[in-house]
Amino acid sequence: MKPAAFDYVRATSLTHALDLLASADPDGETRVLAGGQSLVPLMAMRLAAPARLVDINRLAALERLEVIDGRLVIGALVRHHRLATDPRVASAAPLLARAATQVAHPAIRNRGTFGGSLAHADPAAAFPACALALGATLTLASAAGRREVPATAFFEGLYQTALRPDELLVEVAVPAATAASRSAFVIFTRRPGDFPVAGLAAVARAADDRSAVDRLADIRLAVFGVGDTPLLADTAAAILESGPIDAARIDAAVAALDTLEIRDSATASVRYRRHLVGVALRRATAALLRPEAVACR
Amino acid sequence: MPMIPNLIPITCTINGETVSLSVSPRETLADMLRDRLGLTATHLGCEHGACGACTIVYDGRTARACLLLAAQADGAVIETLEGASASGRIAALQRAFHERGALQCGFCTPGLLLAAAEVLAEHPAPSRDAIRAALSGHLCRCTGYQAIVDAIEATAAAATGAGSRR
Repeated sequence: MKPAAFDYVRATSLTHALDLLASADPDGETRVLAGGQSLVPLMAMRLAAPARLVDINRLAALERLEVIDGRLVIGALVRHHRLATDPRVASAAPLLARAATQVAHPAIRNRGTFGGSLAHADPAAAFPACALALGATLTLASAAGRREVPATAFFEGLYQTALRPDELLVEVAVPAATAASRSAFVIFTRRPGDFPVAGLAAVARAADDRSAVDRLADIRLAVFGVGDTPLLADTAAAILESGPIDAARIDAAVAALDTLEIRDSATASVRYRRHLVGVALRRATAALLRPEAVACR
Repeated sequence: MPMIPNLIPITCTINGETVSLSVSPRETLADMLRDRLGLTATHLGCEHGACGACTIVYDGRTARACLLLAAQADGAVIETLEGASASGRIAALQRAFHERGALQCGFCTPGLLLAAAEVLAEHPAPSRDAIRAALSGHLCRCTGYQAIVDAIEATAAAATGAGSRR
């Protein structure tokens, strides 16, 4: 459980980091070291053997966390513990604040970074699904410039993203929650902090007519831990949006989840996972409808 | 990769003392603490972040020493169980673990003590469920955890003056 030999460079500025990523190492792959809570175990198990690590942990510019122009901007180095405890996150993105209390274990959350979780794109990870549900925009920087990529175009496959080798994910913006915003986070794990058997991140908006307590608009459902990437359940969301949310409509939405491409694992069959995704949708829907009354878990 | 790896000079604070060393890129902080500095309370179980035995305090928060590179210690303030024990800040937890038999072989105990100290610092009166959640990243193969949760709960109760000790 010792990593193979590699070279280590601590980036002293964002420009330095981008220059390092732009200059390919002739000996092999260059990887970015952020929290290291996924990459370092992979290196210890020799599933990853980069030739060079670029350590970005001292780049204070990537620790930004602020609400600007109706968006919560989260620097790539913001750690899970900060997402879980910062009052700006609690008010502007309660989905992220809640998810950050459920991801992994406290010592891992103290080091793991939001940007690292998205860039790593582990299919079991919760934050990619939250980014999808929230309609996040990711800012990718390279020595040549910056580009913005919506979360829907970022997650391409198992550990595959739109990031080019010379690019660094520098920050993520999500629309700040309003008084009408609703969100729910459901995760099934065998023990607290384990990789999920299945999970769901959900956001919605209360109906404009406040008396329509059984109506929701702009529903986005992102299922995670069951496929190669987080999966948007658009058909189920459209069914829930199409009228008053009663038992029959919820049943129809759950049935619509059958089209999701769910994979099995060593400990969970496709059938079991599909069942849990349905349970997650039922619990999330209840929480979206009555956010003050339902402790969603 | 280079045949002779670059050695990286680092300076950090470990248990209140300034330490300067040259480290190899692939050297973990856990190996540095144990093999270079003799701080062997940092136990190495799984070496991939699953067991929690190598937990230390890095810049004020618990972290897995096996998932940090020694090179990342440069400029950091690090506390191992030796430092936490010598300062007396975990004395009540240590006494409670001892009194309740919250350890048997003791391999997981350093990590559990530092994790317990962190949860009590942030939640002076945690529920048993909250204690269990805080310990979820720590594997103990001897005790079945009950006595560990008892010890932490009792330490919290004694510190806050709430209720009788179980």
